Amino acid sequence: MTSVMRKIVDRMMFALFIFIAAVVTAFLVYFIFYIVSRGYTAFSWTFLSTAPHGIKMEGGVLPMIVSSVYLTLLTLLIAVPLGVGGGIYLAEYAGKGRIVESIRFAIDLLSSVPSIVFGLFGLVLFVQVMGLKYSMLAGALTLTLMVLPIILKISEESFRAVPDAYREASLALGATKEQTIFRVVLPTAIAGILTGAILAAGRAFGETAAVLYTAGMAPLAPVSPLEGGRTLSVHLYLLATTGHLEEAYRVAVVLLVIILLFNLASNWIMNRYRRKFVSEAI
Amino acid sequence: MKRSRRVSPTQAVLFMMTLISVVGLALIFFFVIREGYPIFSKVGLGKFLLGREWLPTRGLFGALPLILTSLMLVVGSVLVATPLGVGLAIYMVEYSPRPVRRFLKTIVELLAGIPSVIFGFFGITVFIPLTRHYFGSSGFGLIPAIVVLAIMILPTITAVSGDAIRAVPRENRLIVQALGGTRWQTVRRGVLPSAFRGIITGTILAEGRAIGETMAVLMVLGNAPMMPKALNQPAAAMPSQIALDMAYATGDHRVALFALGAVLLVFAAVLIFAARRVGRQRR
Repeated sequence: MTSVMRKIVDRMMFALFIFIAAVVTAFLVYFIFYIVSRGYTAFSWTFLSTAPHGIKMEGGVLPMIVSSVYLTLLTLLIAVPLGVGGGIYLAEYAGKGRIVESIRFAIDLLSSVPSIVFGLFGLVLFVQVMGLKYSMLAGALTLTLMVLPIILKISEESFRAVPDAYREASLALGATKEQTIFRVVLPTAIAGILTGAILAAGRAFGETAAVLYTAGMAPLAPVSPLEGGRTLSVHLYLLATTGHLEEAYRVAVVLLVIILLFNLASNWIMNRYRRKFVSEAI
Repeated sequence: MKRSRRVSPTQAVLFMMTLISVVGLALIFFFVIREGYPIFSKVGLGKFLLGREWLPTRGLFGALPLILTSLMLVVGSVLVATPLGVGLAIYMVEYSPRPVRRFLKTIVELLAGIPSVIFGFFGITVFIPLTRHYFGSSGFGLIPAIVVLAIMILPTITAVSGDAIRAVPRENRLIVQALGGTRWQTVRRGVLPSAFRGIITGTILAEGRAIGETMAVLMVLGNAPMMPKALNQPAAAMPSQIALDMAYATGDHRVALFALGAVLLVFAAVLIFAARRVGRQRR
């Protein structure tokens, strides 16, 4: 290749990469704009605070918001302690043995299980065998298994990111290993744990397939964890596939805005945390 | 061996919390296979996997059309998403200035966080009319499904291959530059060969995501469980068919859906095995 050709190819590849980056960015912007511009009427108090009525599901989405929030919080309530506990174990206690390797493999496998398979499993074990029926609890238990790998991985990473000097300082002062972990390492890693929890919340909030046959589709606001409910995502699915597009746009806006807020929040915390951590470590 | 390695109660509790994942995974395999197994003994494993007719009302449970469609979706979406995803990763790591990289990182993370039901809805309102217009059919079918899936798996490919590209030692780049290489030659000769395994790992993980994707596919594929004939015709994939039929399936039909779930589990497990193998040999 002559040097002119090389320069031309170099320029062309550079242009191609910029083009790809621009296309992906433009797509996301268009995607958000498209949905928000058609469903922005969702930002009205009546829509957010009343129940749907009639065959076209007009009116509001209050019961769906309640169901989604209920389900997400219940999931986090179960999954965060388990995930953080597991993360502590993997980061602070686990060695490199066979058993730990197989546990890690199982976690990888769990994160690859398709969401509808989680739904099938939840339907059999929680809804039927355990007799929970279509309920918030059955949905939350199913979602717990789904989001557990996310929380586990991110909390393990944030524990590992805590410098050993912290642990050594604590141990040198006579603290036990438990005291060191829970009073020194855990508080330092809290931002990472929070990030994991928010990501998990976003995942649970937007999930549909695993929830359809575990939390149900009844368009009523649940009170007890043994009652079922229809989440925003399930509501959007039902509206979109039955041709109620106008209502669907509005539900999509509510869902999209909440999910984007979750993601921006976790992003923000992580960036702040990294900055703080780097400066402290120096 | 040190004898002082006493296990504290805290450690035991934390270990059990870790084990929940393993137990959960085992329960998933156990229950899905237990509920689906009877169809294998009734129809036969071979006939289930290779049967060409899926007509539950007539007692025909041939899953081949669904399996083939799922595989076509995986191959199609990975073919579309890989050049874009890897290109984006190369741009982010090798070319872009810091603020642009952070901006793009946010874009990719936001894209990864959007729920599949919203992608499906976007597919119905945007891609279906486009497909109808350009390919003259109902609009539902493999084309919109592949496009939607490609967008959904792009963040996975970008994230994993970006990590691999970042992990390439600086010397690789310096050597090519010292020999007078251009920026692209540095990437092409110095970076990509070392990052190749990581990029493959990313595409395998993306395949895992694509094969299990349910809602977005369900909403745009048209759900006609027949052998896929053309890209612009409706078809049905494994996960979407399960989600659709579960609403009313009883008896053998329900059993067959769990068997499909078991097949999906096996596919997902094989892909994770493959990703780990490819990923490990890098070191």
